Amino acid sequence: MDDIRHIALTVNGQPVECDTPVRLHLGDFLRGILGLTGTHLGCEHGACGACTVLVDGEAVRSCLMLAVQANGRQITTIEGLADPDGTLHPLQQAFAEKHGLQCGYCTPGMLTSLAAFLRDTPDPTETQVRDAISGNLCRCTGYQPIVEAALLAAARMRQTEGVR
Amino acid sequence: MKSAGFRYHDPQRIDDLLSLLGRFEDAKILAGGQSLMPMMNMRFVQPEHVIDINGVQGLDGIHADAAAGKLRIGAMVRQKTLMQSAALRAACPMVPQAVAHVGHFQTRARGTIGGSLCHLDPAAELPLVMLLHDAVLTVQSATEVHQVDMADWALAYMLPAISPDEALIEVALPLAPGWTGSGFVEFARRHGDFAIASAGCLLDVDDRNIIRRAAIAVGGVAQVPTRLPEAEALLVGQPASAPAFAAASDAARKIDALSDAYYTAAYRQRLAGVLVERALGQASKGTDHG
Repeated sequence: MDDIRHIALTVNGQPVECDTPVRLHLGDFLRGILGLTGTHLGCEHGACGACTVLVDGEAVRSCLMLAVQANGRQITTIEGLADPDGTLHPLQQAFAEKHGLQCGYCTPGMLTSLAAFLRDTPDPTETQVRDAISGNLCRCTGYQPIVEAALLAAARMRQTEGVR
Repeated sequence: MKSAGFRYHDPQRIDDLLSLLGRFEDAKILAGGQSLMPMMNMRFVQPEHVIDINGVQGLDGIHADAAAGKLRIGAMVRQKTLMQSAALRAACPMVPQAVAHVGHFQTRARGTIGGSLCHLDPAAELPLVMLLHDAVLTVQSATEVHQVDMADWALAYMLPAISPDEALIEVALPLAPGWTGSGFVEFARRHGDFAIASAGCLLDVDDRNIIRRAAIAVGGVAQVPTRLPEAEALLVGQPASAPAFAAASDAARKIDALSDAYYTAAYRQRLAGVLVERALGQASKGTDHG
């Protein structure tokens, strides 16, 4: 006997309207109901960061928010990070070049977290990057290539800003 | 892993929130959700009703009430906002430094001051900071409003002085507390972990470097965040320098400490002393004379 609510939100620029059980967290809603399985669920108690998505531009844990709380909000998942024509986000491009991923489990959370972080901190130090991803666990890379990729993407994004 | 079933309520007005709280036996308030959601996902708590207060109007502001000499912080102000508020930094300079230890930037985008105070983890930063600054909390039910001094807030381990039919509405801090320096340090094994122990202190030092007033508190050491009046008293009238700080540190070690499967009470007492001394060092550097 689940309490159900009708919600309307925007996911990766597309309007979405549907019913959701109120107990469903946003991560399960994105994966299970919308089929957007790019958002990964690791710990489901806020420790691992794999499920991070952007809610109205803020990086948040999708496992620590109910789907009903996303009513009226703008959600960006990893599926919405690249341009519609398939051009990778500078972070995605840098991760590919610098080997910022191996198994790929933490990657969606790393990318969404770093996208929000670089928007607020366009010229970060290495220490700031490390602090920013301290809430995202990676068990493959040892973090070094992730930090390098983030710094490379930041540099490229600053250049693009300068050209505009 | 997900929550057990519950009834969901999302009041938009404080009155509606309070009437819901008065009506239900087994309700939990959902603020930022950075502690309640993990506990529900793991089914440590299974409330019958969840009252989401993220839509309640009037709980998310920070404003200076010059007439009352208070800085008024709504219970739903996010930790990220606390760190960025110039008004709060003026009244309470240690906030950005202390709140930077709370979780990670993603959890601080959701987590709230009211949620931290009501969850009342013994190692949490915000209860410690509010205790040091003699914050006054406004607690309201459908029939009553009252003020609780932060000193009376923590009744026992994770048990704040608030009834099931009440909500925390506002946290008020002295607008111009007159401290000349502050310090905050904590010790954790990894960044973002709950601290094993933390210490904060405030000093009011005169132009001859003599301590006029002192406030010292430790977190993670006892069942609740704790002020150390004996250590504070030892400092008053003394020069703000190493010998006085060492004496306060010794007094801090006498605290009745927690013991658990990870860390003994003796270890926590030792940490309390070390961290108090470091925090005092920071606070004295923050003065014009240090």
